[in-house]
Amino acid sequence: MLEKHEVLEKNSILLTIGILIVVSIGGLVEIAPLFYIENTIEKVKGMRPYTPLEQFGRNVYTREGCYLCHSQMIRPLRDEVERYGHYSLAAESMYDHPFQWGSKRTGPDLARVGDKYSDEWHRAHLKNPRSVVPESVMPTYAFLSDNMLDDRLVADHLKALRIVGVPYTDEQIAAAKSDLVTQLDEFADDYDGFVARYPNAAIRDFDGDPEHATEMDALIAYLQMLGTLVDFDQYEALADENLR
Amino acid sequence: MTDKPELDGHSGVFTTGHEWDGIRELNTPLPKWWLYINYISIIWAIIYCIFMPSWPGLPGMGYFKGLRHHSERANVAVALDKLQAARAANAQSLTSVSLDQVENDPDLLTFAMAAGRSAFGDNCATCHGSNGIGSIGFPALNDDVWLWGGNLDEIKQTITYGIRSGHDEAHFSQMPAFGRDELLSVSEISDLTELVLAMGGSDHDQSAATRATVNFDEQCSICHAEDGTGDRYQGAPNLIDSEWLYGGSRRAITETITNSRFGIMPTWEQRLQPWTIDSLAVYVHSLGGGE
Repeated sequence: MLEKHEVLEKNSILLTIGILIVVSIGGLVEIAPLFYIENTIEKVKGMRPYTPLEQFGRNVYTREGCYLCHSQMIRPLRDEVERYGHYSLAAESMYDHPFQWGSKRTGPDLARVGDKYSDEWHRAHLKNPRSVVPESVMPTYAFLSDNMLDDRLVADHLKALRIVGVPYTDEQIAAAKSDLVTQLDEFADDYDGFVARYPNAAIRDFDGDPEHATEMDALIAYLQMLGTLVDFDQYEALADENLR
Repeated sequence: MTDKPELDGHSGVFTTGHEWDGIRELNTPLPKWWLYINYISIIWAIIYCIFMPSWPGLPGMGYFKGLRHHSERANVAVALDKLQAARAANAQSLTSVSLDQVENDPDLLTFAMAAGRSAFGDNCATCHGSNGIGSIGFPALNDDVWLWGGNLDEIKQTITYGIRSGHDEAHFSQMPAFGRDELLSVSEISDLTELVLAMGGSDHDQSAATRATVNFDEQCSICHAEDGTGDRYQGAPNLIDSEWLYGGSRRAITETITNSRFGIMPTWEQRLQPWTIDSLAVYVHSLGGGE
């Protein structure tokens, strides 16, 4: 076989054809499944795109590199399900660009951290993790309270996400700028409109400073909704189409 | 180009037979062991594709499940069932008897303490600290100071529904923000702070404290009681025990009276199973100050 190789190497047409065959196989294996990605995602009730505030919090999360120490993927293993709750579904990260799965856990997994602790705890913990968890090695993020949200590009941001497949409606994009602050105010004029656009979104001041819309607001809003959307009462984990 | 491999005298290896401007190349093929491992990997990949779930999106059958019908999700369901079965007897008896009885039954107590300690580490220690040492704003659970009651059933009630968690059954109370909502003036709050410091036995300005007694009786005693011992029914802290949830400094007390506090504990009813909550109640009760 080694000797036959010489035939290929010395004939440029044959070599080209050979390369074509090999690359096609590689391409087929790697690219073709992506066309069927839809049917790897479970059909679940409750998933919705992120609110503008949550999406901004998500941006802070990726910007600060939270994913370097925290995963957002509870694997289907007994001990993980015991500790963190139901294993993560593909559907739960279908609006994530980029996803935050990861396998590096210096800190705990955050896939279901939403509603687990109070906003006040998140504030205290982000400002100085050692104040509530003495043994923590997490850096401090107190400066997030001083960073105001920049709402200039929020509508464009949602538009960009729509291009990569997040189903934001025209209405959601038009209202993006006001939705960003509506979510921080339980008495906002557009409360009903906001709830209709983003069902089950929590509306309150998250950072303890009702006067300002800060990155602390956004990050806590994001953390407090993680893993809370899917309605597991209506999800049949052992149905044939949900087993993988 | 000679195209004729020759034996190279120095290395004892044949050349490829190519020659470029007098430079010839030794023919050093890939090591056989490496090559065979490569071929074996290719064969292994094909076998793996046949036996394990591999191809997604096949028309009419979804993804190809493989001959083994392997499913991590089905496996974890089986593992969890096994776990539940192993715990079933203890979990069943834990939830069927009163918590006082659990403490008197050595077997059940061992089970509840082990389960409680592990659930506490996963869920509660984040705020209440390892072993319930607490921190500013998050109550210590290893002392005998209780805001909403410290017997087994009261602890269980608090864990199940939380405090100001939004659950209908949750404990709820709200202290007025006397400064922010302009119910008291800055100087009145300053005087009250001295009175609260006096009650806790700290250094204080006696004349200011005396001035504040009228306001204390009118505004504070309804919840904190006239003698400042608090009221558990409303989660109103005892002010004379020198235990401070938000700090006992002049500054912290002024902040509390001015802007109030609104500590939230989440409800655990959805997240934890009933027997886990029972175990937690027993564990927390044992931490130091159970009543």
